[in-house]
Amino acid sequence: MATRVEAGRWWRWREPGIRGHQAAAGWLFIAPVIVILGVFLLVPIAMAAWVSFSDWNGNGSPLGANAHFVGLQNYRHLLTTPGLDQNNFGTSLRNNFYYVVLVVPVQTAVSLFLAVLVNRRVKFVGFFRTAFYFPSVTSSVAITVLFLFLFSPAGVINKLLSYFGATGPSWLYDPRGFFHVILGQFGVHESSSLANGFFLGVSYWDWLAGPSIAMCVFIIMAVFTTSGTFMLLFLAALQNIDESINEAAALDGASEWRKFRHVTVPMIRPMIFTVVTLGLIGTWQIFDQIYVGTKGSPSNTTLTPAFLSFNTSFNANNWGVGAALAFILFAIIVFFTVTTRLLTRNPDRVPRRRRFGPTQGLGNPDASRVASAGSGSTP
Amino acid sequence: MSSSSARLDASAVRRRRVGRVVTYSFLIALAIVYIFPFVIAVITSFKTEPNATASPLGLVPHPVTTSAFHQLYVGQDFLLWVKNSLIVTLSVTFLRVFLDSLAGYALARLRFRGRGAAFATIVAVMAVPGVVLLIPKFLIIRQLGIYDTYYGMIIPLLVDAAGVFIMKNFFESIPVSVEESARIDGASLFRIYWSIVLPMARPALVTLFILSFQGSWNELAHFIISAQSTSLNTLTKGVAQLASGQLGSGNRYPLKLAASTLMTIPVAILFFIFQRRIMNASAGAVKE
Repeated sequence: MATRVEAGRWWRWREPGIRGHQAAAGWLFIAPVIVILGVFLLVPIAMAAWVSFSDWNGNGSPLGANAHFVGLQNYRHLLTTPGLDQNNFGTSLRNNFYYVVLVVPVQTAVSLFLAVLVNRRVKFVGFFRTAFYFPSVTSSVAITVLFLFLFSPAGVINKLLSYFGATGPSWLYDPRGFFHVILGQFGVHESSSLANGFFLGVSYWDWLAGPSIAMCVFIIMAVFTTSGTFMLLFLAALQNIDESINEAAALDGASEWRKFRHVTVPMIRPMIFTVVTLGLIGTWQIFDQIYVGTKGSPSNTTLTPAFLSFNTSFNANNWGVGAALAFILFAIIVFFTVTTRLLTRNPDRVPRRRRFGPTQGLGNPDASRVASAGSGSTP
Repeated sequence: MSSSSARLDASAVRRRRVGRVVTYSFLIALAIVYIFPFVIAVITSFKTEPNATASPLGLVPHPVTTSAFHQLYVGQDFLLWVKNSLIVTLSVTFLRVFLDSLAGYALARLRFRGRGAAFATIVAVMAVPGVVLLIPKFLIIRQLGIYDTYYGMIIPLLVDAAGVFIMKNFFESIPVSVEESARIDGASLFRIYWSIVLPMARPALVTLFILSFQGSWNELAHFIISAQSTSLNTLTKGVAQLASGQLGSGNRYPLKLAASTLMTIPVAILFFIFQRRIMNASAGAVKE
């Protein structure tokens, strides 16, 4: 890192003249940023950490006489004490979990597909890129209002479905779990063995509910609004691929799908991991859409940890529990980010063994590996 | 590409033509999916409420009316929301571009003790998810006595670590020689920054300007936790309250969609003006 190199020269700042000037100016230049970040990020995180260990109820200052240290009680309240709060917490985790599990793969696949399409030599490519990216620049509020309209019970989507002879659900008013609906089609209904076991205040049967029909609207909305941004990331990665590699594969008679699978995907692997990581971080934070759209209804099936944390603090004045929830959410996000990093840290390690003689001398090991794999496997 | 295609046989040519048709079909179908919701939103905002409810898919309002827009002006504090959004967004955007570029320049160019630590702090801050900070930010804003004021809405948004990061990377990518000759001529560091470095950094500044404007114009969560008076409602907050309003007075879809159409216009204009830059930030930086 560049900063390491500079560390060896720390003594320079004491020199009179230009270096001394630089030290003063340097600190002066970054002072506003450092002060604001410190006051509005570092200090408040410490304050919230204190609140999560206290019984503060919103009256007066959390640093004053109204707050008392209660240890881990707020965390225990959410994680181990059966009750409404634990049930809400477990429900919000389940809802957000299904949201993440569906949104991240779908938005990654859709944005990659869009990027591949707009990376081709087609007419009006600028128009298509603009069309796909536009939802990404609009505000979450405007998009949510739009989706409330599209997915209203007698709205645009259900009208479209009726042209195909289908009757749409009441969407945002439908709390039924998607998996439950499918299981119900096969005659599987709530069984007592699953209904009596509980985890985080939610029965096993309810853990298996899948996203509610209402949550599916938010899932579609997330894919709609984020695929444009990720399309641009993938597009940048695709444009970095050396055209000669694609040509070599084409010469060898590789089909479009084979080229995509064995040339394109391996070469943009790092970007796929970036998009998945960004997706994981973003999807665990869904708040605006819930606040504007449903506030957790119907039957808490669109409740998310972020919204629950907000609601517990600002509306129920249970600040200790709300803050504890925020930190648990933080831990979840850190866990997923670190796990993805660890899983993808060395994507080159396994293929290294597969590489052979002539390609080893080339500058870009990934490129050479792909080229050889592409030509070697064509029939 | 042409040299290789010349060698392809007739079946390959046919396959290519089929591929072309498939590509265009996908592109057009998807473009409709992505654009249609916005088209229908604009159309619906010119409908009457019974018309919007009865035929949500109708592409021609019957009758055409601007009553939704009139209602926003008369029945809602829409102009107040616009004013508040403008005050907050413009303050945040200009100050953020200035402060982030100042810090980015110092981190890229100036040699001083603690620079590494300062940069590490900024990167660490970047990793903290925003939603987790709602309660902490509310606590400090109240503690500082700026709750329910413009200050509380603006100051916490003034710097973002990502902006500092963008500027630092940009300054590291441009040659240092011009600044050095100015330095030898005895110009002060701030003068060098203001009259030499900033003009050179225009592409990066524009990128940061767009990101900041879009970010603060579309911001909702921070305004929810930093103010409660209706007189401080921004567009996002106002329209959000409109959206979750009482069901007793009808669904009011034309009104809500008119509001969300209007609030999208400034960002859309910015988007279309700087489209090329947004779409291809790196190429744009090289061009200018």
